[in-house]
Amino acid sequence: MTILTRRKLITSAAIGVGGLLTGCDALNRNPAFQDMLASAETANFAVQRALGDRMELASEYGIADLSPTFRANGSRDPDTPEYAASAAQGFANWQLRLTGLFDKPQIFSLAALQSLPQRTQITRHDCVEGWSAIGQWTGVPLKILLDIARLQDSARFLVFHCADRLGGRPYYESIDLLDGFHPQTILAHRLNGAALPVANGAPLRLRVERQLGYKHAKYITGIQAVASLAGIGEGRGGYWQDVANYEWYAGI
Amino acid sequence: MSKDVNISHQPRHRLTTRLWHWINALCLLILLMSGLTIFNAHPRLYWGEFGANDDHAWMAVGSSDRIGYLRLGEMRIETTGFLGNWQDSEGRTQKWAFPGWATIPSRYSLADGRRWHFFFAWIFSLGLTLFMVRSLSNRHIQKDLHMRGEEWRPSHVWRSLRDHTRIAAIRQSSDKPYNVIQKLSYIGVIFILLPLMICTGLAMSPAMDANWPFLTDLFGGRQSARSVHFLTAFLLVLFFLIHMVMVLLSGPLRQTMAMITGGQGKGARR
Repeated sequence: MTILTRRKLITSAAIGVGGLLTGCDALNRNPAFQDMLASAETANFAVQRALGDRMELASEYGIADLSPTFRANGSRDPDTPEYAASAAQGFANWQLRLTGLFDKPQIFSLAALQSLPQRTQITRHDCVEGWSAIGQWTGVPLKILLDIARLQDSARFLVFHCADRLGGRPYYESIDLLDGFHPQTILAHRLNGAALPVANGAPLRLRVERQLGYKHAKYITGIQAVASLAGIGEGRGGYWQDVANYEWYAGI
Repeated sequence: MSKDVNISHQPRHRLTTRLWHWINALCLLILLMSGLTIFNAHPRLYWGEFGANDDHAWMAVGSSDRIGYLRLGEMRIETTGFLGNWQDSEGRTQKWAFPGWATIPSRYSLADGRRWHFFFAWIFSLGLTLFMVRSLSNRHIQKDLHMRGEEWRPSHVWRSLRDHTRIAAIRQSSDKPYNVIQKLSYIGVIFILLPLMICTGLAMSPAMDANWPFLTDLFGGRQSARSVHFLTAFLLVLFFLIHMVMVLLSGPLRQTMAMITGGQGKGARR
């Protein structure tokens, strides 16, 4: 009797695990279930923004803490003729366009950006995959650019357009104004005291230190201020959000 | 149920305990399996703040063309068929670290794995908090898990440990108040391992690092927190396996029914 019961229990446990897997995969394909799962991200966003000072700084480190090599991920080279030509002349002709909801839309050259006040910070880059690297970044605080171009009151998001394509689609990302005006949010053009390498996003990449790596758009060509993310790409606010179920808010 | 004064009518497990037990069991299973999906994205563990492919990993799952392996420090163990190189249900060779039968979803998707993980992390965390509060207020912890003076004596702990290797003692235990090994295990899981999972999980979040930097510092950095998160999950799996063996040896049907319906008290309220 006991043995039969045990065997039954073990068998039903095995069937249960098999059923659970099949069931989970079916649930995973169900849009309503996916929406339910995604609701936790809304909670993450709300709670993380509610905790502490909304302008709290990410941890900064010393020179001794730097990763020996800063890993590059995603696009390592936009690999277009225009990009290669620009890289060959040290990005002297690179242009950053501020468009959309600005009173004074701007076009900045790399030299113009470098002549503005700069911020240098040693921070930890946390990839969604789980790895981390510590690097020293130098760049112009985004807030300075937003003030020069006079961001309009109706703007809610900043969309970063990039020179690289993944799977044939242009890479893009977006952040809200809280991160846009955060003191550590910079457009970096230097890494570890040298010009930003191509693999890490030369000549300009976003640093948005309180979020995961895929938010840190590389090879930036434009910043578009918008009231809504609808109509940009597939409307989810970023490349990875459009092609997979990555979250727009990547604080965890 | 608390209006019942006749002790013999008290169930062995209270309703809160039973509800939490099953919700928690489901959450932990899903958290483990979706966690393995997330681990598959970067199957390497480090100590310290940083760690990526060029840095030294104390633990890594890897694969070459034909074999899968687990590397622990300098020791390499071949794990073909189980880790790093395995066949999926359609017979194709896959090189992700953990196999499809152990992950949610069964086909690698970091984005979907994260969605499952964070949704059930909320249910798990809220459930654990409510269970802790309720079990303190209804004195479940104080009455059933409190370690009495003599139970701390090494000879007592040793005797109880030895009882766990004797079938007869295990069979009898289901009618008795919790023994010292059970108390230590349940206290260790509820008040140390489970909260540690939440803390190390939060310590990996870049936004939490800005909000509560002490949490990441407590574990010696983000990559250390990730390692502790993984090791603690491993300890919970170990607890689960021993828990299963004990349930199977002590009368599985009766024990499982007791955790569903409450069961008979026989003087010991849980």
